[in-house]
This record gives sequence, structure tokens and C-alpha cells, in this order.
Amino acid sequence: MSIILGVINEGFIYALMALGVYITYSILDFPDLSVDSTFPMGAAVTATLILAGVPPFLTLFLAFAAGALAGTVTGLIHVKLKVRDLLSGIIVMTGLYSINLAITGNKANLPIFSQDTIFENPFIDGLPSAVSEYSTVLILFLIVLVVKVLLDLYLQTRSGYLLRAAGDNEALVTALAKDKGTVKILGLALANGLTALSGAVYCQQKGFFEISIGTGTMVMGLASVIIGTRVFARFGKLKATTAVILGTIVYKACVAMAMAAGLQTLYLKLITALLFLIILVISERKRRR
Amino acid sequence: MLELKHIEKYYNQGTVNEMCLFEDFNLTIHQGEFVSVVGSNGSGKTSLLNLICGSIPLDGGRILINNKDITKMPEFKRQRIIGRVYQNPAMGTCPNMTILENMAIADTKGKSFNLKKGTDRQRIGHYRELLSSLGLGLEDKLEVKVGVLSGGQRQAMALLMSTMTPIEFLILDEHTAALDPKTAETIMELTDKIVKEKKLTTIMVTHNLRYAVEYGNRLIMMHQGHCIIDKSGEEKAATKVEDLLEQFNEISIECGN
Repeated sequence: MSIILGVINEGFIYALMALGVYITYSILDFPDLSVDSTFPMGAAVTATLILAGVPPFLTLFLAFAAGALAGTVTGLIHVKLKVRDLLSGIIVMTGLYSINLAITGNKANLPIFSQDTIFENPFIDGLPSAVSEYSTVLILFLIVLVVKVLLDLYLQTRSGYLLRAAGDNEALVTALAKDKGTVKILGLALANGLTALSGAVYCQQKGFFEISIGTGTMVMGLASVIIGTRVFARFGKLKATTAVILGTIVYKACVAMAMAAGLQTLYLKLITALLFLIILVISERKRRR
Repeated sequence: MLELKHIEKYYNQGTVNEMCLFEDFNLTIHQGEFVSVVGSNGSGKTSLLNLICGSIPLDGGRILINNKDITKMPEFKRQRIIGRVYQNPAMGTCPNMTILENMAIADTKGKSFNLKKGTDRQRIGHYRELLSSLGLGLEDKLEVKVGVLSGGQRQAMALLMSTMTPIEFLILDEHTAALDPKTAETIMELTDKIVKEKKLTTIMVTHNLRYAVEYGNRLIMMHQGHCIIDKSGEEKAATKVEDLLEQFNEISIECGN
């Protein structure tokens, strides 16, 4: 039971990031590697701010803002300086490593175990034990639900239509007298904002920031998006955002199963990468049929 | 009025393959003109459209619209008053969005792309009406993704979408070339209808000499960056396909083909 709950918790946390990757990869067709550093950036921001006494809930918004700023930089490098998409992401990813350390005051590891978080605070402690047992998963569910609904609503706005058009047919954005570059920057800001939010929630749930937690974020996000959009999207009228969230949980379950089969923790990233490879190959085969 | 003054355009400048396409090229297109542009491959037809739309940079000269210099204006800003339909039907629509969403996004051109609802429910009746004017039955498929439509259906939508909001110029870049003869005919008739209804100043590049002769009120034949034929009014009306073919043959002999 606790394993299942653990998988769902992790799934919800990373689903926020996967929704961001869905924006860049599926909607904008932009392979954005900056997420590998905006995920820990969110964690760094939230950990540092909580230690400084800022209310944990508020830090989530600030983490989102920091991520959005980083995404904007990736977008500007790509659009204004005309650097290729993948390289723009790599440049920001590399540079942010130092920025993340600067945020935490040059600490590669920042524990916040003793601090109040959105998961552990006097209010939660005061709840009856039957509820508090599931409080973490409930809070995560709520956050994911709110983000998903907001994203769904946004994609139905005029601005959201333009974002979808930018990934679908750039020429049409130009034909609508809009700068396609600006639209891309907006999408990258949104995606990295969500990724940083994901990192912030991760940090508050685990109780620490660690500089290397972002390694493989993009691979994980892509795997989740592909599972979601290729597998779950087949089931009737399921929205793509819902499919991505389910995809993340399934992906986390696969990783958990591999680990439960007796692999050492040190192989976690290897499993992450191999699983992604398997998913990629299977989904490509299916598409070609 | 659209004016191209002393246009210069080179390709591969500074290399051994340097090629001069336009040198002191001048063209004035007046309000309400429907210009058909013909010419062999590489004669500069598409480059001309790309220069007007700002898709490629200019090496010299100026472009003016209604006496306003737009030479330095970026491509997307020029599109406020320009509608463009490409040869490839996929260029004018979003394949992963529904017919309704495509209509709605085209309808938003010129307005702010803000957080208002992407599809205004009250406009759906209007979209249906426009779509039914195509006679393709698209008005009953509003929730269908455009990607599953045929090339002809997409091109009809592209034409509709590019002329939905008020524009001054319509640029048609061989927009019937990728379609079968029957569909091409339908799209051409539709084009003529829209151009007349909205009184659009139109520039149509085509390889179909019959269309060039039948439609429009001015005809230009281009060759090596020059207009070698420029007829309008009665002179244009009297031009036959044979006359154009003859001219084509002369050019070919000249080039040694």
C-alpha cells in the first residue's frame, strides 16, 4: 500500500513538470533541456525562502516565477540570438547550475526538515489521523488538479490558441500578424514555470534541496508525455493534460517496479534512461504501422 | 497602392554563385487591381511575393504601401493588411486544431490575443455561413481536425481564413498548383468571388496560363527579374493563352532551352 501511495505521490509531483514538458515538446515542438535545471531551481528557491521565513505556500508562486524567468531566457537565446532549440536549452541548463548554487548560498544540499511546509504544518497536524495519513497525497492531488484545470482553461483562450498554432504551423502565426518568437518565449516561460513549481513541491515534500535532483528531468518528462499522449489518449475523450498526468504515474510505477525487482538505487537514472528508450522505440513502431 | 521602387535582390552574395535576380526593378500596383503573374521557374515570381510580404530581405530599393515606407517593417507586422495563400494547402491552417478553432483563430486576427475565450460562441453561426459558402459541407464538421481534410478542402479554408478579417492585399502564391484540375477550378472561382466581394487588391502567381488570362484585370509575365509583358484593361482582356505561349517559346529559345 505504501509503495502504491509513494508512486502516486511521486507521480503527482512530477506530473506538474510533465505538463510543462507537454507544452514545449507536444504543443511547441521544442525539445527544451532547461527543465533539467529549472526543476532544482524551484527547489532551491522554495528551500531558501522557507528558511528565510516566507510562508511555504507563497514560495510556490515565487518558484514558478523564477522558472518562468529562466524559460524566458531560453526563449530569448533561441529567438533573438537564433541559437538552435536544443542548444539554447543546454546553455541555460548549464548556466543555471551556478545560479541554483548562488540562490542557496553555495550549498549543494539544503535540508528543511524542521521547517513548516505545505505538507507539514500545525494545521495538518491538527487533523484527525485518518485524514492526516493521506494528507500528502490529497494536497498533491489538489495542486495538480488546480494546475491542470488552469492549463486546460488557458489552452482554450485566444492566447492559448496562438500557442497551439505556433507548434502546429508557424506560418499561420505570422499570417495572423503575430510574432511567432514571442509566442515561443511565452510557452517556454510557462513550461519552465511549471517545472520549477514541480521542483518546489518536490523539495517541500522530501524536505530538502539537492543540486543534482534535476538530472534526467527532461527524459522523465518526455517519457511521461509520450506514455500519456500515445497510450491514454486512445481511451475516448480523455484530455491530453489528464493523459499526461496518468502517463507520469504509470512511468513512476514502472520505475518503482524495476527498483522493487531488487536493483540498487544507484541504477535509478539508468532505469530512467532505459525506460525512456523502450517507450520511445515502442511508440515509434506503433506510429509507423 | 503598392509600390516597389528600384528593388535589388541578389542570391549567394559574395560567393562565386552570386546571382542577381532584381536590379532596379520597379512595379506599381493600384488599388483594386487583380494582377496575374506568370513566368518560367526562377524568373522571380515567388521572390517578388516574398519581398512584398517581407519573408526575405531586400538588398536595395524601397517598398511602399499607400505611400508609407514598409521596407524595414518585419514580416508579421505587414500581415495586418496582407492575406497570403500558399501553394501548399497545409501552410494556411492548423492541422491539429478543429475547423471551428481554425475559424476562430483567423477571426481573431487584428484583435488582441488575450485571455478571452478562443472561440466566441456567438460567432459560430457566422462561421457556419462562411463555410457553407464553400459548398464543401465543412459547416457540419466543425469539431473535425483540419489535418484530416483533403488538400482542396484545406486550401478552401486557407483562402477563407486569410480573407476573413479586413485586409487590403491578397497574395496568392500558386495557390491552385497542388490541387487536382476540378478542385483547382473550384478554388479559382471561389478566389474570384472573394476578391470581387471584398474588393481586394490581389497579386496571383500562377503557372496556369488559362487562369492568368481568364481572371484578373492585369497580366504580368516575368523573365530574369524583369516584367517582359505588362498588360491591363482591354489589352489584357484581349490577350489569349496562345500569345503567352508564344512569348514563353521565345524566352526559351533565348535561354538556349
